[in-house]
Amino acid sequence: MSESARGPIVVSRRETPLQKAHRRFLRHRPAIAGTIILVIIVVGAIFAPFVAPQDPTAIDLELVDQPPSVHHWLGGDRSGRDVWSRVIYGIRVSLVVGFGAVGLYVLIGTLLGLFSGFAGGAVDQLLMRLTDTVLSIPTLLLVIVFASVVGPSLYSVIAAIGLLGWPGTARIVRGQVLSLREAEFVMAARALGARSAHIAARHLLPNLFGPLTVVATFGVANAILLEAALSFLGLGVQPPTPSLGGMINQARAPSVLHDIPWLWIPPGIVIALTVLAVNFVGDGLRDALDPRSTRRG
Amino acid sequence: MGSYIVRRVLIGIPVLIGITIVGFVILAVAPGDPVSGLVDPERLATMTPAQLEQLRRELGLEGPMTVRYCRWLGACSPRGRGIGILLSDRGLPNLFPAPLGGGSNGILHGDFGYSIKSGRPIVEEVVPRIEPTLLLMGTSLLLAVGVGISFGVVTAVRQYGKLDYFLTTVTLMMISTPTFVLGLILLYVFGVSLRLLPVGGMFTLGREFDLGDRIGHLAMPAMILGLANAAPIMRYVRTAMLEVLNSDYIRTARAKGLVGRAVLLRHGLRNALLPVITVVALLLPDLVAGAIITEQVFSWPGMGLLAVRAAQDRDPSLMMAIVLMVGAAVLGSNLLADVAYGIADPRVRYE
Repeated sequence: MSESARGPIVVSRRETPLQKAHRRFLRHRPAIAGTIILVIIVVGAIFAPFVAPQDPTAIDLELVDQPPSVHHWLGGDRSGRDVWSRVIYGIRVSLVVGFGAVGLYVLIGTLLGLFSGFAGGAVDQLLMRLTDTVLSIPTLLLVIVFASVVGPSLYSVIAAIGLLGWPGTARIVRGQVLSLREAEFVMAARALGARSAHIAARHLLPNLFGPLTVVATFGVANAILLEAALSFLGLGVQPPTPSLGGMINQARAPSVLHDIPWLWIPPGIVIALTVLAVNFVGDGLRDALDPRSTRRG
Repeated sequence: MGSYIVRRVLIGIPVLIGITIVGFVILAVAPGDPVSGLVDPERLATMTPAQLEQLRRELGLEGPMTVRYCRWLGACSPRGRGIGILLSDRGLPNLFPAPLGGGSNGILHGDFGYSIKSGRPIVEEVVPRIEPTLLLMGTSLLLAVGVGISFGVVTAVRQYGKLDYFLTTVTLMMISTPTFVLGLILLYVFGVSLRLLPVGGMFTLGREFDLGDRIGHLAMPAMILGLANAAPIMRYVRTAMLEVLNSDYIRTARAKGLVGRAVLLRHGLRNALLPVITVVALLLPDLVAGAIITEQVFSWPGMGLLAVRAAQDRDPSLMMAIVLMVGAAVLGSNLLADVAYGIADPRVRYE
């Protein structure tokens, strides 16, 4: 507090919070790098049919175990499929799972959190104990069990992560509701006769935008890693659909691990790069949207 | 202090019940005949359909979900009617342990059913896996805490220095790379290419136990799991340390003329380390998840390997037992951490 008295008083231009966040985000260099990488990856995944030189499931027997070459940048796999094409389509799967699952659980978590915070009392207690329960079992274990019971597929992976990932979001939303419920602008709205649903939609959700964006961004990184782990264990996306984790699974065989490194190192790098980019963006968003970091201007 | 612990335990009870419900749901929704996971398969094979029907009734597989849950838990007697449902054959509450006059079926009595794949009781499957997993997770946790704290302090003291940037970047890269990719890279370098370390398992087959051999097998999995979990600890210690270093009492200590290192260790670190107790407890689910993957990569014969096998075999009783054990372990360690934190930091208790 004493710092402000020391320097000259600077009257800043009037800036909307979003403009301020935008400016701060642009100053976060890793976040910019992450955004650029992510945009390239997302565009490549969306236009995979145009970017990938070949059909990822097409088999060419002359390509079996072939090392990288000019025509096949990353060589061929054990069945004679083009590895580079499979990597591109694999990112598609990773991103679909990442965004799909996180979209699902942010929605569930937000609704449960709002409900829990507003209802209070026994309902709140029950929902919070449910949250504790789900949090006390590692998500990977739950997701593995879920995928095994339902049967492994792309949709069960999305459903597993989407239906089991909500507790973190629910806690944050509930916390925000509890602290904002007593805020003056909410009391004013209530005094004017606004109903809970209206308050939730018009007054609370805008305030939740920042924290939720940050949670969702880191969530996407986590979901991509979870999908990769599931597919690596053979419980995720099933072959012949290309998935980065599934491609790395082949390296479990010592011969592949040692002699055909182009089968597992590129998908590994691509996962790491994607997740790193998402994490960078998340760091930038956190710094930009977190009201507590105001002092950094 | 006493009331604090009691309050904390009471909060844990509904969660423990929640975990058992999760386990029960796994069994209930798993495909296949539930009777196959409850009875010795050898006995099952020799039964006539009429006997099977009788057995189903005895096991309490019919009836409403709540009664089935109660019987599965071992709080209700499978054979009982009316009030007798809560009492064992010896007339005492069924949920007592068998030697104290309680029942003998249900998970409260250690009866987790049978593996549909191997046909052996779940307890026989799970118990031999506990020690390897504890060995791996314990070693990794020590490594994670050691590396995490020391790197956290170093990066905080040298904030925005080269070392800080380097370590922070490396950590972020570690967090972003899947554990199994890191594991495979180590395996590729040290196991297959340089042939310095064994590529998997817990001991060399056909050789007697020797410590060097065990450490050799433990080195790579423990390193992967430890370093992967060091990252969050490091980030946490860095933040906590920075906060402490900017506080007034540190300034006072420096003003008193204390040497840098004394201020850092005696005043700073001690306070920054308090919350690490909580962070370590919160890390346990991640540690378990990491162990599942690491054990898979290095064929370490622990619970993680068993969990994946159970899922691949779609073995409901085995999955249920593992989820229950992991959930209970995490809950227990959270409780322990909260109590430890309450002892270490008296401010917590009076909230």
